[in-house]
Amino acid sequence: MSEKDIHHGHHEHPKGATITDHVHYQDTEGVIRFEEDHGHHDADRNKKNFIHTYIFSTDHKMIGKQFLITGIFWALIGGGLSNIFRMQLGFPDVPLHFIGAIFGDKWAPNGVMTPDFYNMLITMHGTILVFFVLTAGLSGTFANLLIPLQIGARDMASPVLNMLSYWFFFLAGLVMFISFFVPSGAAGVSWVFYPPLSAIRESSVGSETGADLWLVSMSFFIVSSLLGGLNYITTILNLRAKGMSMAKLPLTIWALLITAILGLLSFPVLLGAAILLMFDRSMGTSFYLDKIYMSGIGAMPHEGGNPILYQHLFWFLGHPEVYIVILPAFGIVSEVLAVNSRKPIFGYRAMVLSMLAIAALAFFVWAHHMFVTGLNPFVGSVFVFLTLLIAIPSAIKVFNWITTMWRANIRYTPAMMFSVGFVSLFISGGLTGIFLGNSAIDIQLHDTYFIVAHFHIVMGVAAFFGMFAGVYHWFPKMFGRFMNRTMGFIHFWITFVGSYCIFWPMHYQGMAGVPRRYYSHGAFESFNKFGGLSEFITIAAIVVFLAQLLFVFNYLYSMYRGKKMTDLNPWKANTIEWTTPINPGHGNWDGPIPTVHRGPYDYGKDGEDFIPQTVPMRPGETTHHG
Amino acid sequence: MTLSEENKKQANAQRFGLYLGLASIAMLFTALTSAFLVRQGAGNWLFVNLPIQFWISTVVIILSSITFYYAKAAHASANISQYRLLIWTTFILGIAFILLQYMGWLAMANTGVYLDGNPGGSFIYVISMVHVVHVVLGLVLLAIVSIRTTIKSHNPDHLHKIGLMATYWHFVDFLWIYLFIFFQIKFF
Repeated sequence: MSEKDIHHGHHEHPKGATITDHVHYQDTEGVIRFEEDHGHHDADRNKKNFIHTYIFSTDHKMIGKQFLITGIFWALIGGGLSNIFRMQLGFPDVPLHFIGAIFGDKWAPNGVMTPDFYNMLITMHGTILVFFVLTAGLSGTFANLLIPLQIGARDMASPVLNMLSYWFFFLAGLVMFISFFVPSGAAGVSWVFYPPLSAIRESSVGSETGADLWLVSMSFFIVSSLLGGLNYITTILNLRAKGMSMAKLPLTIWALLITAILGLLSFPVLLGAAILLMFDRSMGTSFYLDKIYMSGIGAMPHEGGNPILYQHLFWFLGHPEVYIVILPAFGIVSEVLAVNSRKPIFGYRAMVLSMLAIAALAFFVWAHHMFVTGLNPFVGSVFVFLTLLIAIPSAIKVFNWITTMWRANIRYTPAMMFSVGFVSLFISGGLTGIFLGNSAIDIQLHDTYFIVAHFHIVMGVAAFFGMFAGVYHWFPKMFGRFMNRTMGFIHFWITFVGSYCIFWPMHYQGMAGVPRRYYSHGAFESFNKFGGLSEFITIAAIVVFLAQLLFVFNYLYSMYRGKKMTDLNPWKANTIEWTTPINPGHGNWDGPIPTVHRGPYDYGKDGEDFIPQTVPMRPGETTHHG
Repeated sequence: MTLSEENKKQANAQRFGLYLGLASIAMLFTALTSAFLVRQGAGNWLFVNLPIQFWISTVVIILSSITFYYAKAAHASANISQYRLLIWTTFILGIAFILLQYMGWLAMANTGVYLDGNPGGSFIYVISMVHVVHVVLGLVLLAIVSIRTTIKSHNPDHLHKIGLMATYWHFVDFLWIYLFIFFQIKFF
């Protein structure tokens, strides 16, 4: 018999008799007990207490919700911070007394924020949104929710590691949150954390204790990502239902699988970079530091290090990271577009291969973030070539999304709107990527608002749109209720138009050379003409942020008061998560796990609107896509 | 699905998950050793001759892998008393490895190679410390597995856990051999 703390399933009784559907667990004295499990379903929730159900849950669906709600919390903080520093950029000398009230007058004497505080805001905005929201909030939520449900598994391969993954994430967030309130404030050296600024405590206020806490928090976060990713890959490759071959996986699962592989191979490199940085900061080593003279202190003891080394290590993670952010959105959007177009996804195999190509190229393009570091121009040209290659699989994906919608009888749900919006954003942001991928143009545009516009559109807002599409689409699976449609549409239109209003003008600012990360552009005569544009961007940012509050309200309202789900399969989708009960218990299916017979995109086939994956192939029927 | 099949699926998944974990640890050391390499190529590099303690510790960790291999074999053939002897020998060798690494660091410091000196020395300190952290993790897990498998009666599920533990242990051993050789080579 099993000695695991909890083990579902069937076991040989020692005496040879068969016991089915029991939970075996070992109590503190080491005695193994048996308890009736009612076939893995509903009873679980009633039997366990509040803490096991909602807090230290090992149910993948609950962990997914935990990731989502924590992600929403961080999105509000990260987005709120951007509104505060946009106030400084749009209205430089307008006093904001609430900043002093929240963070202490030290950071905003007379309501005008200090440059150090501005640096903290942009650093925390970037860190929180890239890692806590668009990595943990997006992958964490949908990998946990969808992987077991869509592949036909009772839970993750290791539910306990899965729970630990969430709690490491929570711990990372807690440390990051605390860092706002230490005397020297949070880290203020930008989310990329380049040395020597980040490696020498004395170099700025934001390089002090806040930077230590940032590194500790990120170490917890990396552990969380690795535990999560390991589980996702293992589950997808080992625990698929009968008949669910890799070629029958929904594209969401393919996307989450590739995302997890990217994370597993790139996050350890960031950990390596962070370890060396911690030693430079605290132990006096010189990995990233060479001879430095600090005014007021004198010559620093360091010698022989190289700060560019950090950039190589950082971007070896950093570039795959942007695909870690966008790939889950690819998957969600592909699924939502096909379901609401009532058509098979165009070119299923091409969609999978293009994601694999993007993932493979992700590891060979990192130096395109470093064109202005004095990189050898020949090396630069190799990275330009490899970077521009990414346009090919990206274009295939865009083409396939559009052809999926082509002449379709489209059903406009909020999820569908966000998916269409995603395609628009991905094109707009992707095209500027071609500009920036060319080193000759990048040297002009590097560290300007052009790059801010590019990555916010293509990975920031686009990934958020993927996340919104996913939340609107799978909300009924999470809570058994629907989100309000009208509020969803209002949320979509304000966010969609507003996001373009924020980021489109930044392209012009960037082309004119306005540098990013500057506290104030007022001292530069040539940038003063953009003052009006900056005000406009700030107002747009505030409007978009308020629209997100509407989303949060809709989310919370619909959790308790939303329209109840009555039909098992409200979107008439083919994937098997819609064959589970309306409020599935731990174990997902009451009876046996359904057998899968066909691919997930048999829409509009042979005169039928949709054919779920559980319907056997008819004699002589051929597969739809290839 | 038959009963043993579901258990087998679970066991396979655990083994697969372990391999993924090892892959990510390998990536961590790939990053650190490639930083070592790149930095060495940049010049101003102090080449450190490893102290004798590191040579001894290499022998010790190889020995511990051998005793672990025979411990697993003893358990497979249900020779529990031999298994007990060998698994605890492995554990003691693991502790000896950590002590020897510590003595190695002291020896380096005695010859004037300090953690905060030339990166040629700093890299060896930091990389070997990160490796020791993985050995310590291995020892904690080994202690848990050993206690469970020696005080409980013989059980086929134990062999699976011992197998997973052995894979991790051999991996950490191999990793040290790689690092040890890597530190000895003058690349530039």
